[in-house]
Amino acid sequence: MPARAIAAPAASPPDDGNWVMAAKNYASTRYSELDEIDTNTVRDLQVSFTFSTGVVRGHEAAPLVVNGTMYVVTPYPNKLYALDLTKPGAPTKWTFEPRPAASAQGVACCDYVNRGPAFADGRIFINTLDAQTIAVDAETGRELWRTKLGDINKGETMTMAPLVVKGKVLVGNAGGEFGVRGWITALDAETGKIVWRAYNTGPDTDVLIGDDYKPFYDKEKGKDLGVSTWPPNAWEIGGGTVWGWISYDPELDLIYHGTGNPGPWNPEQRPGDNKWTGGIFARNPDTGQARWFYQAVPHDLYDYDGINELILLDMPWQGQPRKVLIRPERNGYLYVIDRSSGEVLAADPYFPANSTKGVDLKTGLIEYNEEKHPRVGKVVRDICPTAPGAKDWNPSAFSPKTGIVYIPHNNLCMDWESVEANYIAGTPYVGANVKMYAGPGGNRGTFTAWDPGQRRKVWELKEDLPLWSGALATAGDLVFYGTMDGWFKAVNAGSGELLWRFKTGSGIIGQPISYRGPDGRQYIAILSGVGGWAGAIVAGDLDPHDASAAKGFVNAVSDLPQRTTKGGMLYVFALPQRR
Amino acid sequence: MSSLSRNAVSLALLGVLLLAACEREERSYRGEPVGEVKPGAIVQGTLYAGAPSPPPPQRREYEGNAYHVSEGKRLFEWFNCSGCHAHGGGDIGPPLMDEVWIYGGELENIAATIVEGRPNGMPSFRNKIPDQQLWQIAAYVRSMQREVRKDVAPGRDDHMAVTPGEQNQPVTPPKPGGVASPSSEGRGP
Repeated sequence: MPARAIAAPAASPPDDGNWVMAAKNYASTRYSELDEIDTNTVRDLQVSFTFSTGVVRGHEAAPLVVNGTMYVVTPYPNKLYALDLTKPGAPTKWTFEPRPAASAQGVACCDYVNRGPAFADGRIFINTLDAQTIAVDAETGRELWRTKLGDINKGETMTMAPLVVKGKVLVGNAGGEFGVRGWITALDAETGKIVWRAYNTGPDTDVLIGDDYKPFYDKEKGKDLGVSTWPPNAWEIGGGTVWGWISYDPELDLIYHGTGNPGPWNPEQRPGDNKWTGGIFARNPDTGQARWFYQAVPHDLYDYDGINELILLDMPWQGQPRKVLIRPERNGYLYVIDRSSGEVLAADPYFPANSTKGVDLKTGLIEYNEEKHPRVGKVVRDICPTAPGAKDWNPSAFSPKTGIVYIPHNNLCMDWESVEANYIAGTPYVGANVKMYAGPGGNRGTFTAWDPGQRRKVWELKEDLPLWSGALATAGDLVFYGTMDGWFKAVNAGSGELLWRFKTGSGIIGQPISYRGPDGRQYIAILSGVGGWAGAIVAGDLDPHDASAAKGFVNAVSDLPQRTTKGGMLYVFALPQRR
Repeated sequence: MSSLSRNAVSLALLGVLLLAACEREERSYRGEPVGEVKPGAIVQGTLYAGAPSPPPPQRREYEGNAYHVSEGKRLFEWFNCSGCHAHGGGDIGPPLMDEVWIYGGELENIAATIVEGRPNGMPSFRNKIPDQQLWQIAAYVRSMQREVRKDVAPGRDDHMAVTPGEQNQPVTPPKPGGVASPSSEGRGP
């Protein structure tokens, strides 16, 4: 039994210097074993090359590196670039333009983002904003297949990074603010044919709940809960999308994915638990059949979308080795869940939430705070955390050297007024007026180092602006992340001490990666380019005179246009070359 | 000037004021049903074959009428315009309370945008919104940046206060330029 947490070994093979999926490996550690750049040498880190993407919307993607080629996917229009790392300045090898429908921009809730490509068996896979999955030959950029999976006239888009498991490309839809019906789909990586599709609302046959389904808690048991926990037919437009992260444990042969918020946000329009939204599914990757489910936020009150990353760790728990998954949840709790059974081992607050009072580990139930319960026609003030949560999509990293999870997140609170939402297909289905602002302490972002074994915060860094970038941990005892005003930072993984920083051209909301170049040196790469929900005020030129703009986020970042400007640019860093 | 003629002038002035006020206050409850939008009312360019067309009568009818603008404010929420444009500050769609008009800022341009949709994500509401309600929404959108009279702009919100309010919004005339369509240079009513 390991003395402390390690990444699930089968899901985190030894680092070969490539970076072939957004989360680095199936365990989603975002940890690089490269250590040439370390706490001593990082002060000399400098720009190796840059690359303008030609797109000015929010750049949330992780670049990929496969055997001397870097792949960068942009926000809409979802251009895919291959850069030749074997040549000086990394010139473009090829460009692939999928040309998604321009109208898709009108049904993307929170900027036209894309969270990255995926690589497997000589192919690059991307999702387009107009809900297509496309396979491209990694060597030539030639399109191999494309499959249309959703309908923008129903508000369906795709923004997530695919995950390739056992020859299947796993993808899911976005559109939880448009009354879509959420799903996850497996496509044959060779042909693009749909192998299975699991909906996250509706009858068990659609959700792929059958004989294999063995949830830990009684509250997740019953026939057709995806129908009976909704008002009649409301499940058909009930959300539960899969726009976030998927992890995979090859040993248990289970994939893990979250399910998004129920729609509309106004909870009075959907009495019931609203299964299977706001939770985590474990499924068989070959058939999609569900193994277990845990609903973190039954009858979600605040858009506490359950799509965040799932980090697969093996760790001692009360003297016993446990296979767990770590989930820093939107609702402000860090969950440690037994990934073979779905049992919640811990749910500890990493953010001072007042919207809930805690999680009962016996029943798995979260207790909502009645004082903060939204009602139509009433403005409920000072709800913490906000709709984007204590932490949104931007993924954490885990270092096996320190045993710490590094969590970039928000420190925001909000006023909320529920209003009646009308369902008009292809337009938003929300039903809430929201206004956000800085949380306790006045800083809008926090970078938290959390020890899941000790169940406590080790250190934290206060950031003025909300944190909307992912994190990267390296064997050089460094952690990298970016800020919305464009600083790219390296801090000491043990202490949080700031060791190096570089000001990029635009705010950073992307995912840092590290790779070994064809010359054998270690590189760090990040996309700069502000946007996303948090940066919509800059990306969409929104007007801060309206506190409810961008679903209330504009009010929290009304100073952002003075702090940064638009523009997508890749930055790649390395230590100076020894001569 | 004799007191008689002074009185006559005062009366005439009062009459003018009352007339204007009446126009502002006039309530027209029944518009034509869905499908009656007359494309003739909408002009997208500033080039005319022959003599320029007069501005559409809707400018006078809707922009100067508090009832229509107030109805437009209600319908702006009902038809979910607020879903994408928030309360004027923008979200998925662009802000409407600033001075930039991508597809023209005159009443008929806004009406055309609602009916026809626009290629970068504005859905078409053709045959979905009755004609009168369409012009009411367009007039309300004009009031967001105070392109209507102060005494016509709505004074209060039914929802949580998130903007200074249309009445308190300073007047920001649309800026001509590359981002505004030519018809935004159209003449006033």
